[in-house]
Amino acid sequence: MPTSPRPPSSARPAEKALAWAFLLPSVAVFALFLGYPLYRTCYLSTHANDLFGAPTRYVGLQHYADLLGSAEFARTLATTGLFVLLTVVPGVLGALLLVLLLEGRIRGVRLLRSAFALPFAFSVAGASVVFGVFYNPATGVINGLLSHVGAGPVNWLTDSGVALVSVSLVTIWLNLGYNVLVLSAGIGSIPPEISEAARLDGAGGWRLARSITVPLLGPHLFFLVVVSTINALQTLGQINILTKGGPDHSTTTLNYSIYQKAFAFGSSDFGTASAQAVVLLLVVLACTAVQFGVIERKVHYA
Amino acid sequence: MTRAPLTRVLGRAAAHLLLASAALAVCFPVYYVLVGSFMTNADLAVYPPALVPHHLTLGNFAGAARSVPLARQYLNSALVAGVITTAQLLTSILAAYALVFLPLRFRGAVFGVFLATLMVPGEAVIIPNYLTLSGWGLADSYPALVLPFLASAFGTFMLRQAFRQFPQELRDAARLDGAGHWRFLWRILVPLNKPTLAAVAVYVFLSAWNQYFWPLIITRSAQMQTLQIGLAGLHDADVADPGLILAGVLLSVLPTLLLVVFGQRFIVRGLTAGAVR
Repeated sequence: MPTSPRPPSSARPAEKALAWAFLLPSVAVFALFLGYPLYRTCYLSTHANDLFGAPTRYVGLQHYADLLGSAEFARTLATTGLFVLLTVVPGVLGALLLVLLLEGRIRGVRLLRSAFALPFAFSVAGASVVFGVFYNPATGVINGLLSHVGAGPVNWLTDSGVALVSVSLVTIWLNLGYNVLVLSAGIGSIPPEISEAARLDGAGGWRLARSITVPLLGPHLFFLVVVSTINALQTLGQINILTKGGPDHSTTTLNYSIYQKAFAFGSSDFGTASAQAVVLLLVVLACTAVQFGVIERKVHYA
Repeated sequence: MTRAPLTRVLGRAAAHLLLASAALAVCFPVYYVLVGSFMTNADLAVYPPALVPHHLTLGNFAGAARSVPLARQYLNSALVAGVITTAQLLTSILAAYALVFLPLRFRGAVFGVFLATLMVPGEAVIIPNYLTLSGWGLADSYPALVLPFLASAFGTFMLRQAFRQFPQELRDAARLDGAGHWRFLWRILVPLNKPTLAAVAVYVFLSAWNQYFWPLIITRSAQMQTLQIGLAGLHDADVADPGLILAGVLLSVLPTLLLVVFGQRFIVRGLTAGAVR
């Protein structure tokens, strides 16, 4: 990394003041809405609260101990892990397959790439309500198609064995545009000489992809896995709109549980919700740490 | 070279077929929104789905326009996303300028703090922020919808990268011409970094327009809710009205769809900066 242009050491005091004045708006927003609340979340997580959420007394790590011993929380974590698997693996592998196919010197590549990027424009709420229309057991297109091939109607959102898959499908679709854009940019940054040399050596199609493109895409794939994992951990809209965590808690992930404890159905259990928020924070920080650790060691990032 | 041309041809055919079906699957929801919002609910429920509608209607849009909150919510979203985008551009430009062009003790530490803010998921601070803004009496108001998002490390980070690549000669020339920091920043630096600013603006606008969790909890009245919360409400309605839902989605996605289609080169610029959205 090049060092930034250093101003002369005899900097005027006015310039120093200007620097802090320029930083002040950002720093003020971060302090008020990020730093202080981060402290406050930890504070709330160690306090009991009344029915309206106001902290009443210090209880130490009691909320965390309760979470550890709670079967409900164990199930929430398991659901969260399953949701991460169900969205990240197909989402990244699907995008990889698409960009590899796009590499095969096919006509209309630009048009196709733009088509695959379209979901990126959709909001969580927009995508969720559209898929809600698709999932309608009586009038939705998915059951309509199924009935054509003779398969019985599926209760996409009300069957506890299927609901998490349905929510995952929306999520995969929603993230596909971003994933395709990232991997396309990654392929674009591979020097063409490398693929040309491999082609001259007789490598084509599948072999080129396996031994040249995919390994060189490694850092981008890794980046996508981490970002998709963090996104999956932060998922809320799809679940709140389509299933509200149900049926039978089958779609209650960690983040949704925080929302439910703190805000849903008039609940204001800020203590328990904050303890869960700290758990979520630690998991996200761990993902980020892994990302930085690996990237620092292995790759140069633009 | 004789590398089994038949397998080659078959392979390419398979690749085309796979790509075409994938494109159909990915684009189907977009197409469905586009076409379905002009169809009656009766036509929407027909099997197999009428892929080329024979009878188009504007009824769904009339319905969306009649449902008053949706129009108001559209304005809310535009206002909120507009203010957040403008504010983040301003605060990020200033912060990035300080980090690159001004004398600053603890420069590394300050930049570290900015980077650290990118790693904190919003969910970890959302309860206290809700309490803070409610405590200020701002729940269910425009200020509450925008205040926590007036600055971002993402924008600062991208602009810092761009500013650092600004040619030293141009800067020296500006200084020789007597341009102070303020004039250099707004007359020279900002106009010459428009593509990066556009990339930041596109990202900030997309995420502000599409926000869900924060507006969900900080607004109560239909009059203050944003479009996204209104859309979700259409799904919860007692009598499902798919035509109205699709029309609402089409209206809500139009600005961002245009951004993604026509602003793609700006989007690609910012792809891997700022992992946590």
